Amino acid sequence: MATIAAIIASTHHPFYYRASTAPPEERPPFADEWVAKVEAFRATLTAARPDLLVLVGSDHFHQIWLDNMPQFLVGNAPVYDANWYNEEREFGLPRMRMEGNLDLSNHILRSGLDMGFDLAFSNEMRLDHSVTCPIITLRPQNDLPVVPVYTNIFAPPMPQPSRFVALGKALRGMVESWESDLRVAIIGTGHLSLELGGPRQFGPHGPDPVFDERAVRWIAESDVEGALAEVTLESLALPGNATHGFMDFLLMMGVAGEGVKADYVDTLDLFHTMEAYFTWYPNGVPA
Amino acid sequence: MSKYLLDKFLYTVDRDPDLVERYREDPRGTVAWWEENMANQLLNCHAGERSTWLKFDEREREALSTHDYPALFELGSHPFLCLTLFIAMFERDYDEPLGFQLAYAEALRPWLGKAYPDIAT
Repeated sequence: MATIAAIIASTHHPFYYRASTAPPEERPPFADEWVAKVEAFRATLTAARPDLLVLVGSDHFHQIWLDNMPQFLVGNAPVYDANWYNEEREFGLPRMRMEGNLDLSNHILRSGLDMGFDLAFSNEMRLDHSVTCPIITLRPQNDLPVVPVYTNIFAPPMPQPSRFVALGKALRGMVESWESDLRVAIIGTGHLSLELGGPRQFGPHGPDPVFDERAVRWIAESDVEGALAEVTLESLALPGNATHGFMDFLLMMGVAGEGVKADYVDTLDLFHTMEAYFTWYPNGVPA
Repeated sequence: MSKYLLDKFLYTVDRDPDLVERYREDPRGTVAWWEENMANQLLNCHAGERSTWLKFDEREREALSTHDYPALFELGSHPFLCLTLFIAMFERDYDEPLGFQLAYAEALRPWLGKAYPDIAT
């Protein structure tokens, strides 16, 4: 059976690529600290020696549109092109291309459907920055095959927060039951408090530092019960109008397992939104 | 009331570099052309198949035709779609980094502390 080499949850910040690759005279003042933190975070994946990455994220109205909106969707393609014209335009993101793994895609779809998750699939899927940001930060050599899993945290009506936890828990079982010798890292990206297109956007900190502090603790301790006691689809609108992206963190808490403390936790208070990085090693910390 | 159609406008213009420029330079003309030719186009289907029922109401048409993003916010357009397109059109007019984004936030300041409009489509 496959081995889960690492479980990683992270914010995804599309400005990182430009901030970290700009010439020194054009770098923002926070870039060096940001790069140092990302490189330390990257080392937690490198140490796990993964062969394949399952990437959990959410399309930002690039390929997935309101005329045909899946709640949960699994990529089932041999190759994934990635990043879009308007991400190139706004964030300076490069075009990318990743290999897929059809065997694991098919296994996740079959076992997910049989476990009661009516997963949609895509045989031709162009990925966006929700899953390319962690490639840029955690595996910039982009040398591993991937299986993308998209969630709807963007267009109401959305699934309940508890459903994200349940899918995460099931996803872990799906990967662990895959007949393979490969070492799989499951990487998911979401948001802490975040405002996009509203009056609290692009402030000196995230729109709700109090929520962020609590959310980081929930994730670091995988405190599913504590988080679900307070987080609802309605309450997630309060810390910022794009904070439903926190549900992808809930999914990753489901993958990690209730009450399992992360082996690595780091944060960076940036303008606009707080960065947060978490790694679990379910089979022991790599030597 | 057609939040879906507002979003469809923002979505289809944002992903097309030529339409972004056309909407920046001639908003009223672009909105009229789009409503006539694009509003009922089924995306991802061949052009021979069209819907028959989609049109803006007067407030929506006017908000789009005047680049009135505070009005688009109030009408329940998707904030991410609206922000992304307006950054593409107007960030270039500001000297300071994030100058347009901060002006955009300022224009929406009356919503601070209030429940935002429902964006469900």
